[in-house]
Amino acid sequence: MKLIFALFTGLVFGIGMAFSGMMDPAKVLNFFDVAGTWDPSLAFVMGGALLVTFFGYKLVWRRNAPLFGGRFHVPSGTVIDAKLIGGSALFGIGWGIAGFCPGGAIPALGTGRWEVVLFLIAVVGGFYLRRLLASVAPAQVKQ
Amino acid sequence: METAFTPFASFGGGMGIGLGTVLLMLGLGRIFGATGIMSGLVFVENRDELAWRVALVIGMVMAPGLIFVVTGTMPALTVTVSPVMVVISGVIVGLGASLGSGCTSGHGVCGLSRLSVRSIVAVPTFMATAAITVFVMRHVFGG
Repeated sequence: MKLIFALFTGLVFGIGMAFSGMMDPAKVLNFFDVAGTWDPSLAFVMGGALLVTFFGYKLVWRRNAPLFGGRFHVPSGTVIDAKLIGGSALFGIGWGIAGFCPGGAIPALGTGRWEVVLFLIAVVGGFYLRRLLASVAPAQVKQ
Repeated sequence: METAFTPFASFGGGMGIGLGTVLLMLGLGRIFGATGIMSGLVFVENRDELAWRVALVIGMVMAPGLIFVVTGTMPALTVTVSPVMVVISGVIVGLGASLGSGCTSGHGVCGLSRLSVRSIVAVPTFMATAAITVFVMRHVFGG
């Protein structure tokens, strides 16, 4: 039951992603291209997502535990360090190069486009690169 | 390339993304961060943690197909850069998102909704570097 719920959750997220336009790299890049072919649509995606999540989380957290047991896993860190800022800055550069981000690319796999597969394999490569860096310079990049 | 401004579809789609995000917290008590979910599939901790992530990803990937069956059209997806750039972008996204502990979904939707200090720093950082990257690629080097 828990797994069916997870599948349904992913489906809802994916359908939202597809309708929002976030799955389309051309649309994502145009959001950032204020000096060119600007398309402000993605601000509306963020608005819709934040509105639902902000109030939805508040409602959910009135419960003591999730429906399928366990506890709420919420990151509690408040440390602003070079890793957070540097990592986010890098993420933005990568996002700005092609217009793909993981949340859009996973549902985009369902369109069967090979560019999406290529992107996601490269993302996994990036995960491994981080592990490699962590073994070379642990102090800077380890969790 | 121009893309159409779609405020209603994007806002509605954003609400769908938010609903999926809230459902995952309600059912399983988890943050809907695409990077964390992907990295959980690559670096497996234990089987139970793997199972819900696999189910979630299957649901996400099913979304475009379901939309195709219902509406008769596949969601638009236009890649505007070369395959080499797609790979470079993927590696940087994977490295950056894992170092910065999140991407558009984890920091952007979940983190901002719960007013996480780390996300309030991360999101403007990656939005800024994405915008600079798009500007440089399109208007400095042309493209």
